[in-house]
Amino acid sequence: MQDDPVIRVIAKVLIPTMMLFALYVQFHGDYGPGGGFQAGVIFAAAFILNATVFGLNRGRHVWPARLNLLGVALGVLIFGGTGVATMVLGENFLSYNALSDDPIAGQHLGILLVEFGVGLTVAAVMVALFFAFAGRVSHVRLLNKTRAHEKTLAEKAKGAAND
Amino acid sequence: MMHHLPILQVIVPLLAAPLIALLRGREIAWLATFIVTGVTFVISLLLYYQVSESGARLVYDLGGWAAPLGIVYVIDAASALVLPIVTGIGFVVTLAARHLVTAEIDQRDHALFFTAWLLTIAGMLGQVTTGDAFNIFVFLEISSLSAYALVAMGAGRDRRALPAAFNYLILGTVGATFYVIGLGLLYMLTGTLNLDDLAVRLADIEQTRAAYMAMAFIALGLFLKMALFPLHFWLVPAYSFAPSAVAALMAATATKVSVYVLVRLMFGVFGIGFVGISEGLGTVLLTLGIIGAFVGTLAAIIETDLKKLFAQSSIAQLGYMAIGIGIMTPAGLAAAFIHLFNHALMKGALFLAIGVIGAQTGRATMRTIEGAGRQIPMTMTAILFGGLALIGVPLTAGFISKLYLIRALLESDFWVLAGLTFVSSALALAYVWKIVEAAWLKPRPEGAPDLYETPMMWLPAWLLVIATIGFGIFASPLINGAVQAAAVFFGGQS
Repeated sequence: MQDDPVIRVIAKVLIPTMMLFALYVQFHGDYGPGGGFQAGVIFAAAFILNATVFGLNRGRHVWPARLNLLGVALGVLIFGGTGVATMVLGENFLSYNALSDDPIAGQHLGILLVEFGVGLTVAAVMVALFFAFAGRVSHVRLLNKTRAHEKTLAEKAKGAAND
Repeated sequence: MMHHLPILQVIVPLLAAPLIALLRGREIAWLATFIVTGVTFVISLLLYYQVSESGARLVYDLGGWAAPLGIVYVIDAASALVLPIVTGIGFVVTLAARHLVTAEIDQRDHALFFTAWLLTIAGMLGQVTTGDAFNIFVFLEISSLSAYALVAMGAGRDRRALPAAFNYLILGTVGATFYVIGLGLLYMLTGTLNLDDLAVRLADIEQTRAAYMAMAFIALGLFLKMALFPLHFWLVPAYSFAPSAVAALMAATATKVSVYVLVRLMFGVFGIGFVGISEGLGTVLLTLGIIGAFVGTLAAIIETDLKKLFAQSSIAQLGYMAIGIGIMTPAGLAAAFIHLFNHALMKGALFLAIGVIGAQTGRATMRTIEGAGRQIPMTMTAILFGGLALIGVPLTAGFISKLYLIRALLESDFWVLAGLTFVSSALALAYVWKIVEAAWLKPRPEGAPDLYETPMMWLPAWLLVIATIGFGIFASPLINGAVQAAAVFFGGQS
């Protein structure tokens, strides 16, 4: 698809716009419709569009595989960490009031952090899913014993075919 | 600190999981998991102690928002009884996972394996702890999704783990969907998701068709999750092709938690006075339970693969739990809780012991254990004791289960059912004898690979065997706990 100038140009315009819109949805979630889940999906869609238009290799270049696990795990940890922080500050799990002297500011900060965690995890999961399907790499790792067994089976089949 | 325990019970394994995913180390992943499961076990014991000391229920408001508005975690006598069994089994099975996982899972996958492992434990603990019906669904999915992944990890040894995991995924998702459809109807009727609030408001509204449908959907979804006959077909392949450690964890805990959720929703929310419960559920559970007990036992008798054999016997044991619930009396429910607890111990011991053989031979079948009684005596004796407990031989925990179940049946004048329960338990002798015959009476065939065992391999299974015998002899704490747990659902309302 990278040969088609129309698609290339539109993608190049769309991708940054999508990312910006994702950030808007993310941070406007405090006041209006939106939030981490939707924002994460939109943000991931930008990377998926990039990979579909410019190819998997360039897609992987801007989103290396190790980001998958890191993003997924960090998002959950930010969410949970916010809860643990409120516990350390003497309130119940996820009582954002504890995060600031002003309860309203605390609530704002808390929901912002938690939604950021959600957004990060959702975006990373979406991109990871896309690459897992698009890459078509088998993720089932055979044990050496099984691998050897399958090899002998294949050789036997080959021998039978030769006979 | 102590008042945070209900939430710590869930978030300690839940947040340890992503940390372990980031660790990536092999040994350290196991060690961290072992420590975390140990901590959750201690927390659950503290919770049990707190609840049984004070007799009160512990309520924890998440985010400081109180009950009907916010999500609360509630520990009462029933959840305090189920938590230690999940965490305790999790702890012992993690101890065994050290050698089982090394033998069966590729080294590079260990960190991810233990991540999914902790997530499935966290999901189960969440289902037991939470006092919010939708929260139960979320945790149900957390534990199930990671369980599907864990079953599929058996593919490194045997590719049949993949279709088994896929079937489990489809049926498990159908079950979860049914649950959430029922929940949607309830939410439409009452406008609340808090379990206590639901119970109060459901008692006020007229018993409409929508309420019956909600009950039917929720019950059906949970029947699927707890593998009640005839919705049990996902269970046998899933348990038998999963890695041994996963089979042990799931056989001992996963279906038990669904049984608990069923009791919580049916008796705790709808209540014994609800027409659908008093006139429908009991008959359904008794009928399906006794058929399941016979079908499972007979299927186990003709089975030659040990993992499949004991998976079939799980169907029968879940049938007994269904019968206990279906009697609809405090005594019956207490019997169901006792059996839930004891069966977790026996099945955990059995699957761990089978794992010792499976890790060496690939699959543990009647042929591979021929004459094994002399080569790996400790492992085979653990299987023998587990089998005896399944039959219900005195001095094992299984005897207490069957005694209380049959006594509860007789109290409610179910004479025929009591007889059938006794017969199907006795039939279990057939498959246990098959194993004894193969392991001790037959010589080791020539050319069969030598089996070995080290204390680290048989110790985890023996810990559970000792617990099985311990709770068979000193049963009163467990019986008291189960009676209190049943009283939660019968004493609180009506």
